[in-house]
Amino acid sequence: MSTSELRPLLEVEGLVKRFGGLLATDHVNLTVNAGEIHAIIGPNGAGKTTLIGQLTGELAQDQGLVRFLGQDVSRAGVAARAHLGLGRSYQITQVCREFTVLENVMLSVQSHLGSSFKFWKPVAEEREVVEPARAALQRVGLAKRADEIVANLAHGEHRQLELAMTLALKPKVLLLDEPMAGMSQVESEEMVSLIATLKSAHGILLVEHDMDAVFKLADRISVLVYGKIIASGTPEAIRHSQEVRDAYLGEEGLVA
Amino acid sequence: MKRDRAFWFAAATLAFLALLPVYAALAAQPFYVTLFSRIMVFALAAVGLNLVLGFGGLVSFGHALYIGVGAYSVGILAHHGITNGWVQLVVALAMVALFAAVIGAVVVRTGGMTFIMITLAFAQMGFFLAVSLKQYGGDDGLTIDARSAMGLFDLANNTVLYYVIFASLLLTLYLFHRFINARFGLALRGIKANERRLAALGYPTFRYKLVAYVISAQVCGLAGFWLANLTKFAAPSYMAWTVSGELIVIAVLGGMSSLFGPVIGALVFLLLEEVLSSWKPGIWPAAETLLGNHWLGLIGLFVFTLALFARQGIFGYLAGKKDSAGGH
Repeated sequence: MSTSELRPLLEVEGLVKRFGGLLATDHVNLTVNAGEIHAIIGPNGAGKTTLIGQLTGELAQDQGLVRFLGQDVSRAGVAARAHLGLGRSYQITQVCREFTVLENVMLSVQSHLGSSFKFWKPVAEEREVVEPARAALQRVGLAKRADEIVANLAHGEHRQLELAMTLALKPKVLLLDEPMAGMSQVESEEMVSLIATLKSAHGILLVEHDMDAVFKLADRISVLVYGKIIASGTPEAIRHSQEVRDAYLGEEGLVA
Repeated sequence: MKRDRAFWFAAATLAFLALLPVYAALAAQPFYVTLFSRIMVFALAAVGLNLVLGFGGLVSFGHALYIGVGAYSVGILAHHGITNGWVQLVVALAMVALFAAVIGAVVVRTGGMTFIMITLAFAQMGFFLAVSLKQYGGDDGLTIDARSAMGLFDLANNTVLYYVIFASLLLTLYLFHRFINARFGLALRGIKANERRLAALGYPTFRYKLVAYVISAQVCGLAGFWLANLTKFAAPSYMAWTVSGELIVIAVLGGMSSLFGPVIGALVFLLLEEVLSSWKPGIWPAAETLLGNHWLGLIGLFVFTLALFARQGIFGYLAGKKDSAGGH
């Protein structure tokens, strides 16, 4: 690995989040480097979604730092972080259901282009908006469904759309929150190869339950249990860590 | 945009409005000109409200405030001898912008039921402010001696006033049609559909909602400007909460998901009001008295039926199932 590939894009230091007496995020340190997939695994309720929420700015941390591209964004809002290049795809599909697939992605493109305070030209005729939107749909393999109403999409297609919307923001780091959730075996395999193609252009933080996918994709894995990272390393190291087996992997019998 | 049924239906309605004064003159019924001027004023206000209601998902229960601010701008300036309509119009729109920007900065941060209640509260504050203005008529309202002087347009002539209102309605519909289909409109409709997602995409949703709120208020202010001219009167009752409620009913009745729906809503609502309030169906007298006193109940029944069976509103229902954002 060359040094440029180890350039950290996203850095988290000593992140703490409490909900009343519950320590949901317990002094988490974490980095996502350029061209790397860093996966976070952990049992249900380990605090993965809470952690992602603090990275995107939807939740305010109680302590700790979030640095993005070397800049402290700990107090920056969701919109500001998104504009800097932190793109999140949602676990529960979060799209505008009565819009067409294309319109949803156009909203992403518009956001990336900056101000949407444009009142005159019909957006459907703006090549600057429509073409990148179609390109993003092409990238995730959803181009044929561009004019379909979102409510009519199949489950797997929702996730593809979610990803297209995130990609259209041209993010430097992608936060993928369970992109395979609820997918069939086939859909899931397609998503794995899709994510593998994204790695060269984006740093990726992947939160996922599907262990096959995680071990296929990740360059590094961190294991989150009760809000705390108990182990972090290459897939090989994690696979053989006794601590991880005890805490997590063993109980699900997923260690190949 | 494709010329669908909605388009032709809207075009036919506008053609009807364009020709109405001719019919009124032929039929020697000058009252129709005033009645339909009033209908168009409320259509204008409801179209304005519907920018935030139908396209932004913000249920404002206080837009009558801006009708009042527009009307009082005319009344107060005329009271002090400033009768130039262009000056009055600029002052009216500037005052509405000021009120809407300040109030909007507060209300737009909230949502749901809170938004409804706070917009209502602000409108009530405006209402009682107008009541307390003793030098401008207080409770009784403010009589305006003459309609605004607008150079080329002799507003003293009811037909001229009618066509000027008609033109401002057309202009507003055209401008809104552009807005809604431009980037701004897509962002606004996106916020209505899923504000959280839009924020995650990097939209400062507050700013978009605030701008939509101010634009929407401006159109109600314009409606107030015409209403003051039409009635030569400005009164606290213009910003009563019942008026805010009527604007919502008009928009919902006509169809919130289209630009043109509120125009149909205003036509149906105000004509029903006109007809039912003096309806003598010729049945037995007790029932007639009951109807005379409770004709509003019939309107309620009508709105209720529509809400159940034509969820898209009258315009949405007549124009076919799927709405188009434009309709103009």
